[in-house]
Amino acid sequence: MAEVRFAKAINMALDETLTKDPSVVVFGEDVAHAGGPFGVTRGLLDTHGELRVRDTPISEATIVSAAVGAAMSGLKPVVEIMFMDFVAIAMDGLVNQAAKARFMFGGQCSVPMVLRTPHGGGVNAGPQHSQCLEAWFAHIPGLKVVVPSNPSDAYQLLKAAILDPDPVIFIENKAMYSMKGDLDEAAPAIEIGKAHIARAGDDVTIVSYGAAVNTALAAAATLAERDIEAEVVDLRSIQPWDEETVLQSLSRTHRLVILHEAVTNFGVGAEIAARMADIGFDELDAPIIRVGAPFMPVPFAKSLESRYLPDADDVIAAVEKVLA
Amino acid sequence: MKSRKAGNTAAKSQLLEFYERMLLVREAENKLSALFADGEVPGFIHLSVGQEAVCVGITSALEARDTLASNHRGHGHALSKGVDLETFFLEIMGKEEGICGGRGGSMHVADMSVGMLGANGIVGAGIPLAVGSALAHQVRQNDAVAVVFFGDGALAEGVLHESLNLAALWKLPVLFVCENNGWSEFSPASKQFIANVRDLATAFSIPSKKVDGNAVLEVHDAAVGLVNAARNGEGPQLLECITHRWRGHFEGDPQKYRSEDEMSGLADHDPIAAFEALLEKKKVSKADMQEVRDRIEEQITRAVEAGRAGSAPDFERAKTDVYTVREAV
Repeated sequence: MAEVRFAKAINMALDETLTKDPSVVVFGEDVAHAGGPFGVTRGLLDTHGELRVRDTPISEATIVSAAVGAAMSGLKPVVEIMFMDFVAIAMDGLVNQAAKARFMFGGQCSVPMVLRTPHGGGVNAGPQHSQCLEAWFAHIPGLKVVVPSNPSDAYQLLKAAILDPDPVIFIENKAMYSMKGDLDEAAPAIEIGKAHIARAGDDVTIVSYGAAVNTALAAAATLAERDIEAEVVDLRSIQPWDEETVLQSLSRTHRLVILHEAVTNFGVGAEIAARMADIGFDELDAPIIRVGAPFMPVPFAKSLESRYLPDADDVIAAVEKVLA
Repeated sequence: MKSRKAGNTAAKSQLLEFYERMLLVREAENKLSALFADGEVPGFIHLSVGQEAVCVGITSALEARDTLASNHRGHGHALSKGVDLETFFLEIMGKEEGICGGRGGSMHVADMSVGMLGANGIVGAGIPLAVGSALAHQVRQNDAVAVVFFGDGALAEGVLHESLNLAALWKLPVLFVCENNGWSEFSPASKQFIANVRDLATAFSIPSKKVDGNAVLEVHDAAVGLVNAARNGEGPQLLECITHRWRGHFEGDPQKYRSEDEMSGLADHDPIAAFEALLEKKKVSKADMQEVRDRIEEQITRAVEAGRAGSAPDFERAKTDVYTVREAV
């Protein structure tokens, strides 16, 4: 067990899979020589060589579609899109090609690729470098979407994503890159699609994923001082998502708050709320509340952005409401 | 290249094979057209009648391990790369036994067993897929080449420009084949793209050639040279094939945007008629050619019968095949 930063945990998963599997390749903008804008891919070029670790030109659409073609021809590409906002340029490769190849070709092939990309605000990066767009991908049949909340999960989930035969969008909250956490390399593998109870509690269920899980845990700690025990469910994966674990938790607490950094409207929380209102209706003692960003672009100025991002106080207010 | 010299790299024994492959594509598409008109082929189909020399000339220069990415007008690419005729018809007729289980149809015919990575419903989308496939060949060092077919209508797509650049930077073993039939869907190529594709290749330091895309031996000779160069580590290559689209953008397109003069002159550019004349000059007997025609007709009749006998795809099976189902370990 060692304490590592979130960025290093991702680096370790890449390094390990590159070492173990010669079909794994890593490419993207400035991932090789520069080691990535956040240092995530630092050292991989030196260790694994320029055949398998490559800098690309700034051509997001072709980076992603080339990964699809490579995945259909025997490689397991792990590509990086430098900021999640830039995936807007690369949607055809993901939505029309990667997601559909297996289905529309009658199961003749799968597309074992991973797209790594950072989402999230909190670093004053402005409207085009801060968005949380995961709901776009969770809406597309054929894609998987994974969002780790700590270094250990990032390490395990990225290894699972690279081994997965289907295309996986692996989302890293950029505000977490320097977050430290214990990492046990010998820990058992994490299965994509299985949630984790990050904190047990009987009074209310808070479902979240990614960095927002830590916001939920902070809110739960404050609530505990008032004898309110919140259960925090870390989805880890939002497509597929573990509705069984969420339903079981709801069956214990009878109250549900869903938290994510993405805008609330038409987001992941809407799907979870709709599903739980359907299969968990009898368990609910209060309306389900979603906590997310307001329906506006991510603003730049510190004062604006800090107001924009959902925080522990927003979660506490939501919990108070469902307990009222 | 002068036609006098064309065919130097094609052995005489190959000539009838070229003829047979072109006829297969032509007759298969003529049959699809009839089936479409009769309502036996649903959806959209885009025919490449008149362009058969391009796909046959290129694929005859490929090895089985080479990969191919195609486009919406891809029947010829698929059949000439070796996709089985019966499962091809079954697919386009929307049957469970089709090569893609009836889930893709004409615009998504693929056969991984012969390196056919798929027709594509998105203009230009096959180009970066082929670049990725070429990357796989380079990393795996398997001595294979990737080929992509795209029309003049894809020239203004950004991914072409990105792909030419990336392929050249990485010296990838890929052959870009532009089938220039003069029409981008319903618009003339002249109103779609201000440059030309060979200048584009030059801008990215990619060697290129331009051939009469209706002369199969010219296409083949050029393809042999370019494929060999790509295979030998000389990086991407580009071939522009000038050809003609006889049918509409899609079947059922009334083509009001084309002049009567153009339409009536199309038969003058028939790659198959031209090749028959060449075969006669090369002393191939009419009986030999008739034998080929009879064989093709018989194969297509059988394929259509198979297509009609196919079953409707199973919805539940399709629904559970969105993701890979892994065996428990």
